[in-house]
Amino acid sequence: MSSVSQTFMKLFRGSTGPETLPAQGSQKLTRRSSGLGELSRTWESAEALCILDLGSTSPTNIRHFTESGHRIYSEDLLTASTDPELPTKDEQGNPILDSRKFLADNLVYPAAHFDVVLCWNLPDYLDESLVKPVVGRLWSVLKPGGMLLAFFHTRDAGPDSPCHRFHIVGPDILEMQRIELRRELRRGVSDSFQLQRVFNNRHIETLFRDFASIKFFLARDNIREVLVVR
Amino acid sequence: MSAPASGLAQIGKSVFIKGELSGSEDLYLDGQVEGSIALKGNSLTVGPNGQVKASVDAKGVVIQGKLEGNIQASDRVELRKSAVVTGDIATQRISIEEGAYLKGKVDIHRTDK
Repeated sequence: MSSVSQTFMKLFRGSTGPETLPAQGSQKLTRRSSGLGELSRTWESAEALCILDLGSTSPTNIRHFTESGHRIYSEDLLTASTDPELPTKDEQGNPILDSRKFLADNLVYPAAHFDVVLCWNLPDYLDESLVKPVVGRLWSVLKPGGMLLAFFHTRDAGPDSPCHRFHIVGPDILEMQRIELRRELRRGVSDSFQLQRVFNNRHIETLFRDFASIKFFLARDNIREVLVVR
Repeated sequence: MSAPASGLAQIGKSVFIKGELSGSEDLYLDGQVEGSIALKGNSLTVGPNGQVKASVDAKGVVIQGKLEGNIQASDRVELRKSAVVTGDIATQRISIEEGAYLKGKVDIHRTDK
């Protein structure tokens, strides 16, 4: 598992990312999101949708959805992955996170509960041992026909790509804000999250193979947006 | 500002209560409570040192500390920037400061006048 991560990270040596944001948690950038634009057409034409936001708690997103009459669930899985009770070892003695405990404490919802899941950049920054179990759980809590939006860095983004939180400020406009962990939640990790891997298209298709369809949107800022339908 | 106004019922930070808490006045809670809190028609403020593991039923709820439990507020819920809330929120209006942490559902019910 660690050799796979090392192989991915070797691809970055000698390349510099096009974005180097200053380490100020309050600085915000905006970006246009084709994936969000497509999703917006869904929730603007529907009533009382059930939406799951897996990013950092965003007052902006909560206001956006509640003002439109939708029900919003907020669950910050990246922060949850810093639980000090999660680290364990696999059969080979390699350090991993306990995915069973993680899923016992997080993403606990009835099956086929959500119309929309907003993953943002979660798969890129989540620990390797949690990615597939989390995607499997998301499949089960999505309604048939429900949609999931996720962002993946391309190889050109560079290994030091900062982890952002995303705020919906328009039908297809996102405000990106660099994440800094709350002091009381840091528990031995750095002040932010590190890019764990780079998925290529085939890896993304494999990750979401249980979903009915997948659509890719490639953006100029070295982000690959993916919209999948259960 | 975390200091409670005078005239409020107060639970100081050294106090631990386990059980059902109910009342007909506003409450400022800066200690630990496990169980349930019912203040229909009145407001609950969980201070920055407050640690609550309880369901809450009140008119208005302001959270500055930690709360684990569902919140039912007939008027308004405010999560200040130091709030850490795990549970579902049902209310008419909600205000969440940047920095607040919420794990749960937000359900807005607007009552017709």
